[in-house]
Amino acid sequence: MFEAFLFFAPASLIILGALIVIFAKNPVHNAMGLVMTLVSLAIIYITLNATFVAMVQMLVYAGAVMTLFLFVIMMIGVDKKEQTTDSIKGQTFLVSGVFLILISLLVYVAVSSDFKWDLWFPPVEYDVEGTPQLIAGTLFTAWIFPFEIISILLIVATAAAIALAYDTKKRNSNA
Amino acid sequence: MTRRKEIAMLEVTTDWYLSLAAILFTIGFLGMMIRKNALIMFMCIELMLNAVNLTFISASKHFGQIEGQVFVFFVLVVAAAEVVVGLAIIVSIFRKQSSASVDVLNVARG
Repeated sequence: MFEAFLFFAPASLIILGALIVIFAKNPVHNAMGLVMTLVSLAIIYITLNATFVAMVQMLVYAGAVMTLFLFVIMMIGVDKKEQTTDSIKGQTFLVSGVFLILISLLVYVAVSSDFKWDLWFPPVEYDVEGTPQLIAGTLFTAWIFPFEIISILLIVATAAAIALAYDTKKRNSNA
Repeated sequence: MTRRKEIAMLEVTTDWYLSLAAILFTIGFLGMMIRKNALIMFMCIELMLNAVNLTFISASKHFGQIEGQVFVFFVLVVAAAEVVVGLAIIVSIFRKQSSASVDVLNVARG
């Protein structure tokens, strides 16, 4: 029963936060809804024995990425009204159609007895705890090449962000 | 009947986590479609990436293998890089057009 509570309480918070993200009008409220979703996801990760990933989720997503989002929200201002008119004809109609299809697919998969992941692939009996030792042991042996690639990717992304956001016109006129 | 008994027992299986991930992905997709603000569309991309991460981790627990959690790291790094570059693009566009709406961004139309 306690396990069920540990699933359903964060799950409802996740869905509530996601709905805040897509429906709130104030961008700061959207960002806070995203924080709610990310923190609740970290709780779910802990119940799934992924403790280290949960900590990284808190640090990287709820810490760094959200700070970046809030900085950009502050830079471009929150008082601007979002335009609500459709530039593509019948966009709302198309979107609601696609959304209805997706939701009905989800309900079908959830209700139909054909979809039984646990019966198709029986779960293993033992638990794998995602400790830093275990993750590092895999990451630095079998996955060392992708690890090096993403380190290059991070440096390239940093350089690209600086190059993109650097205001050359302003700098030159100041100097 | 058996199904009702299962629900009454409330045993949290992998199906529940996968369903939650699917719902989260669908909400992110809906937000991507209905919002016009580029910043909020980025948040919806984050929602979808997190849904995929949840799928990876629940599969990692289900099969008792650590590789799923290692993959979540890669997704996390790619998401961080994508957010950094995307927000820099939004800021530089905002300087030119003083708007973050994606409907204004039609200057690259061929």
